[in-house]
Amino acid sequence: MKRYSGFAVAREGLNYHLGWGRAWRNPAPRKKYDVIIVGAGGHGLATAYYLGKNYGIRNVAILEKGWLGGGNTGRNTTIIRSNYLQDPSAAIYEKARSLYETLSQDLNYNVMFSPRGLLMLAQTHHEVRGYRRTVYANNLQGVETEWIGPDRVKQLVPIINIDGPRYPVLGALYQARGGTARHDAVAWGYARACSDMGMDIIQQCEVTGIRQANGKVTGVDTTKGSIDCDKLGLVVAGHTSVLAEMGGFRLPIESLALQALVSEPIKPCMDVVVMANTVHGYMSQSDKGEMVIGGGTDGFNNYTQRGSWQHVEETIRALVETFPMISRLKMLRQWGGIVDMTGDRSPILSKTPLGNCFVNCGWGTGGFKAIPGSGWAMAELMAKGAPGPLTEEFSMYRFREGKFIDESVAAGVAH
Amino acid sequence: MLILECPCCGVKAEETELAPGGEAHLKRYGPGSSDEDFDNYMFARANPKGVHFERWRHAYGCGKWFLAARCTATLEVFGTYPAQTTEPPAELQAYIKSRRPEWEGYK
Repeated sequence: MKRYSGFAVAREGLNYHLGWGRAWRNPAPRKKYDVIIVGAGGHGLATAYYLGKNYGIRNVAILEKGWLGGGNTGRNTTIIRSNYLQDPSAAIYEKARSLYETLSQDLNYNVMFSPRGLLMLAQTHHEVRGYRRTVYANNLQGVETEWIGPDRVKQLVPIINIDGPRYPVLGALYQARGGTARHDAVAWGYARACSDMGMDIIQQCEVTGIRQANGKVTGVDTTKGSIDCDKLGLVVAGHTSVLAEMGGFRLPIESLALQALVSEPIKPCMDVVVMANTVHGYMSQSDKGEMVIGGGTDGFNNYTQRGSWQHVEETIRALVETFPMISRLKMLRQWGGIVDMTGDRSPILSKTPLGNCFVNCGWGTGGFKAIPGSGWAMAELMAKGAPGPLTEEFSMYRFREGKFIDESVAAGVAH
Repeated sequence: MLILECPCCGVKAEETELAPGGEAHLKRYGPGSSDEDFDNYMFARANPKGVHFERWRHAYGCGKWFLAARCTATLEVFGTYPAQTTEPPAELQAYIKSRRPEWEGYK
């Protein structure tokens, strides 16, 4: 692998940029690996990367049924924040956010992390109380957030309508180091680093069965033949239930469609991320000038990566109310991803009833922001075979014990 | 757009009139059941990629609950039926089988 640097750009320029080579290899699967990760999205690749980097486990294959980063990693609104209420969530999301700060340097790949600041608007008195509570909780957790009033909101976001007819802006929960990153680059950067460590990323290789003996996993059957492994990590977001069924266990997960859309590009007009949870829409402006827009999920099970039209309308309506100037914008593209929703809207990073099989799922509508932290924590879980401080609360057995990490109630909205 | 015919009032209702209610035909466990049964009943859900039976309410219509059979991989609707049943009607199961020969059948 060639190291990327300003000097390298100059050097390759002398050769018409023909000497760069591929960012990752495209190998055929071997017979056996120490670890197989199913799913080459952000979370799967990050898991593999930290297995290699933190634990020296490099005989790893990452299997992907489509192309890497082509699932929810390529279908989200790229928002990064860690202003969660519950301690276990704040810990893992803040770990992720802090890893994002130096991810470009760590991976030697520009992920364009842009800590531009993130606002969660409070538009009802209930939300004002809720977010002030979150600010106090965040201060205790070591997550830097603050409560700001409507005047400061208007100063940060000049295009916002503060005196909305239905829901005036009463203030906001502000995380100055929240922001966005280039979603594809996160997957590509991890993939390049994994490939450089000697790991095999095998694309267009769908897992069709999980082989087991004596209650332990022994390998997987795939469309490219069977592959043996000592440990298996399932990191497949929306298709987790399908894989779990192959493994012979059930999870408290339902797969729903979540949509996002982008507008035509316009001149820079908003340099922060704004989330309006009462009316339910969120928006940021990409470096290309497009307004990147997201909203809520559909309410019914769906694997089709298409959502319902009325949810697009609902989201746009909410945002036009909040930002009247966008009412004349044309929307260029719209897409859907399949998100894995748990009952308490918190993820599952856990051992499973099948020995040496681990699962990382349930990130629902907010997985992108967690990629580095999720990979870090999952690598620890898989390397040690036992949960570490970041994962012990996220067991799949927490439902049975009633130890929910209830972020749906904490925010009044799934995120 | 998803369109379901409400078996209670006969209206072909589109999605905005309907409220989804999750998996149908859950077997309920209460006091005296094992932890595992109760855990499964409360939290674990069938989340198949394919044929799925689910509860719906005609929220902005007659207000009644009913059940529907749908394919989550294609969004095809196989049919709807009243909620006062413990399993899908035989003719609906036969119709699903004709549309999805690989379907393993109900439960």
